[in-house]
Amino acid sequence: MNPVKEKIIRNACQRYANNKSRLIDILWEIQDHLHGIDSEAMTQIAQLTGTFRVEVEGVVSFYAFFSSSPKGKIVIRLCDDIVDRLAGLHHLLAICRTVLGIQPGETTTDGRFTLETTPCIGMCDQAPAALINDTVFPSLTPAKLGGLLSELQQGKSPESLVSNFGDGNNGHAAIKSSVNNNIRLTGPILLSEHLAEAGLKQALNMSPAAVRGLIENSKLRGRGGAGYPIGKKLNTAAKTVASHRYVICNADEGEPGTFKDRVLLTEKADCLIEGLTIAAYAIGAKDGILYLRAEYRYLHQYLNEVLDKRRQHNLLGNDISGSGFSFDLRIQLGAGAYICGEESALISSCEGRRGEPTNRPPFPAETGYMGYPTVVNNVETLCNLPPIVANGDAWFRHFGTQESTGTKLLSISGDCLRPGVYEVEFGIKLQEVLELAGAEDTAAVQVGGASGTMINRDQFNRRISFEDMPTAGAIISFSSQRNILDIADYYLHFFIEESCGYCTPCRVGNVFMKKALDKIRHGQGDPADIRYLKELGKTIIATSRCGLGHTSPNPVLSTISHFPLVYAALVKDHNDGLKAGFSIQEALDEARRIAKRRSLIYDPTYED
Amino acid sequence: MTAPPRTFTFHVDGKVVSANSGQTIMDACDQAGIYIPRLCDVEGLVPQGSCRVCTVKVDGFTVAACTHPAQANQWVEHATAEIEMYRRDLVLMLFHEGNHLCPCCEASGRCELQAMAYRLGISQDQQYPYLQPTRPLDTSHPDIALDNNRCILCGRCIRASRDIDKKNIFEYVGRGINKRIGVNGDSLADTDAEIDDYAMDRGVCPVGCIIRKYEGFFAPYGERQFDKAPIGHDIENQSQPDQLNTEPCKEGDS
Repeated sequence: MNPVKEKIIRNACQRYANNKSRLIDILWEIQDHLHGIDSEAMTQIAQLTGTFRVEVEGVVSFYAFFSSSPKGKIVIRLCDDIVDRLAGLHHLLAICRTVLGIQPGETTTDGRFTLETTPCIGMCDQAPAALINDTVFPSLTPAKLGGLLSELQQGKSPESLVSNFGDGNNGHAAIKSSVNNNIRLTGPILLSEHLAEAGLKQALNMSPAAVRGLIENSKLRGRGGAGYPIGKKLNTAAKTVASHRYVICNADEGEPGTFKDRVLLTEKADCLIEGLTIAAYAIGAKDGILYLRAEYRYLHQYLNEVLDKRRQHNLLGNDISGSGFSFDLRIQLGAGAYICGEESALISSCEGRRGEPTNRPPFPAETGYMGYPTVVNNVETLCNLPPIVANGDAWFRHFGTQESTGTKLLSISGDCLRPGVYEVEFGIKLQEVLELAGAEDTAAVQVGGASGTMINRDQFNRRISFEDMPTAGAIISFSSQRNILDIADYYLHFFIEESCGYCTPCRVGNVFMKKALDKIRHGQGDPADIRYLKELGKTIIATSRCGLGHTSPNPVLSTISHFPLVYAALVKDHNDGLKAGFSIQEALDEARRIAKRRSLIYDPTYED
Repeated sequence: MTAPPRTFTFHVDGKVVSANSGQTIMDACDQAGIYIPRLCDVEGLVPQGSCRVCTVKVDGFTVAACTHPAQANQWVEHATAEIEMYRRDLVLMLFHEGNHLCPCCEASGRCELQAMAYRLGISQDQQYPYLQPTRPLDTSHPDIALDNNRCILCGRCIRASRDIDKKNIFEYVGRGINKRIGVNGDSLADTDAEIDDYAMDRGVCPVGCIIRKYEGFFAPYGERQFDKAPIGHDIENQSQPDQLNTEPCKEGDS
């Protein structure tokens, strides 16, 4: 092997003590230097970390940001989200084709540029957006992207092309990004100023059991979507007999249309780590992990600086503030997998494995990271802890509704005048939310991102709360000009890309759903296809192993039930006895190609 | 060893089944002579719950019987019309995901996917589309060939090689619909795979993906594994011999 390459791989493995549970970090370092992890590299990594080459290959091939074939030195990832699609993604693709001469998935022959599309990078409020290496370029236009590409061709680095910094900490020396926070509405809990470290100070003066009791009494529920009571989770982990316990912050915000954690990570990082420290104290954890999605790598250095500063101020590390309690954490960078937002998949990923969910029971709070009790919480959930502990559970319960206490951050995007982050009290009507965001002429709203539901105008008076309409916060508004089926089709495409493939219904069923939806979209569907979609969706939901498959048919099923006329207009009975959608030319295409029997009539691209 | 196992009972379709703590629903049902269909699970390997064919309902929630622990007094639905429909859908998905041309497949007659289809009453293709994968065959090894187009991703070879042979010849690579079984090298000949490995045993690969060279079609029609009795009869037979279905399986398209 090339000695330079060999040394890069050896150094990467050594930096993590040849520990196979740090495989994701090792692979990142090699991917950064060599732009790919080929079979030679995999063999060497396996030797150094004491594992098998095929296991390394399993991990490399699982994550979208790793590749076994070399990528260009500059990787352009255009965000392929529904909001970006509607904002003109295809124009950006056309510019890349013209300037670089490549299609998504291709690398220029000189090995300099790779073009890819990637699911939501968390910038729907400033779409269309792209990641160029780790640098985010929001609010793109074809002209802007064309300009960027020609400067990159002249040899400039992506980070040197950021001219205007965004608001708030986006201009911080460790971030220097043109991303904007777009905070449109601040509320009393998450986006307002609180006395720094008051919650942590208060917690350290209480017993861990009293902290858990206070959080339980606040009735705080998880903000990642499932809404599990946090006090209950903390109690389970604290009461499970074990020598170690862990707390993990889930900053793998991958739900299409969600970007509020990006803003919290940028503006409230201290509050977040304070909350994680409180959670650690409450369950008796000495170690923690912040799992940061690869798309937010531009915040990595900044977050590390925040941790360092807290260590200097004795807010992390040994004997925090003289309390006798010790806690520290590391940042685990993800590598491009939506499924890692599922807590057991996230734990698998932190352990250096394929990000596949595990069977439950046992639950992570009993058997989690490395087999120890682990509490995994969303960024927003953890940011609630300092103000709750500082101000008391009664203060917190005062906001929101009976079952949904506190406030919720909403990420609002799509067809509206003021896309951005809104802190609202639970119980707010969707109609009020749309008015706040300036969403006029809204015909449909996708509540809860890809795994959520598409609702129609009849339901705009529903309330955002665990009682009525639970959501992790993604609200995407679609005007009456938008094609509902294109949107449902996008979400299926997303789930097919992001399914881990572990269980049959999610791996295969979603592909079948998309094929049937395609048939309907192309006017070849008959009424039986709608029944077929409903039945198939039911099987996928009932038999899938984790939340991804339990929700992936939702966008199709909810559009069928809430927009039946859209479907009815496209399907018709075919009484000719032929299978609808069957094309004899298509069926024979491969054979005709092999036999070199092309048709002048049917093959517009006929060449002799 | 910890405390001695606790014995308790629970209900399967109204029948009382007894179980020991630590047993899965499937373990307990197997003991009681109730066969729950399965493909990724097989005696002797750690269950993983990936094919989902063993789906049952426990107190109204669907779970995989092979991984879900049996618990006292739980109410399990197993042979209901709804659950059987799910199982048929799942088996059909596996048929349509790969290339399963039973009449010309070496595994025909001892293939668990084919046998499961017969057991569940599937005899012809349904409305699902065929995905027709075109993955290259791996014929590099002198004694073993791999046809990944027939693989149902049950992962039995992975567990057999890792846990029994201690060789880790196989592992999942890729994700989603592109997930497949990879080998620990550029091809199978690069690995230390041997024909006598447990992973290459006929009982491990349930379909015709792992092919033992030079011994194809070793059993004539009428004498193949599932020619005389349907899949699962051994489990049902042990405690209820009168229920053995002796009607021979029909040969035919998938």
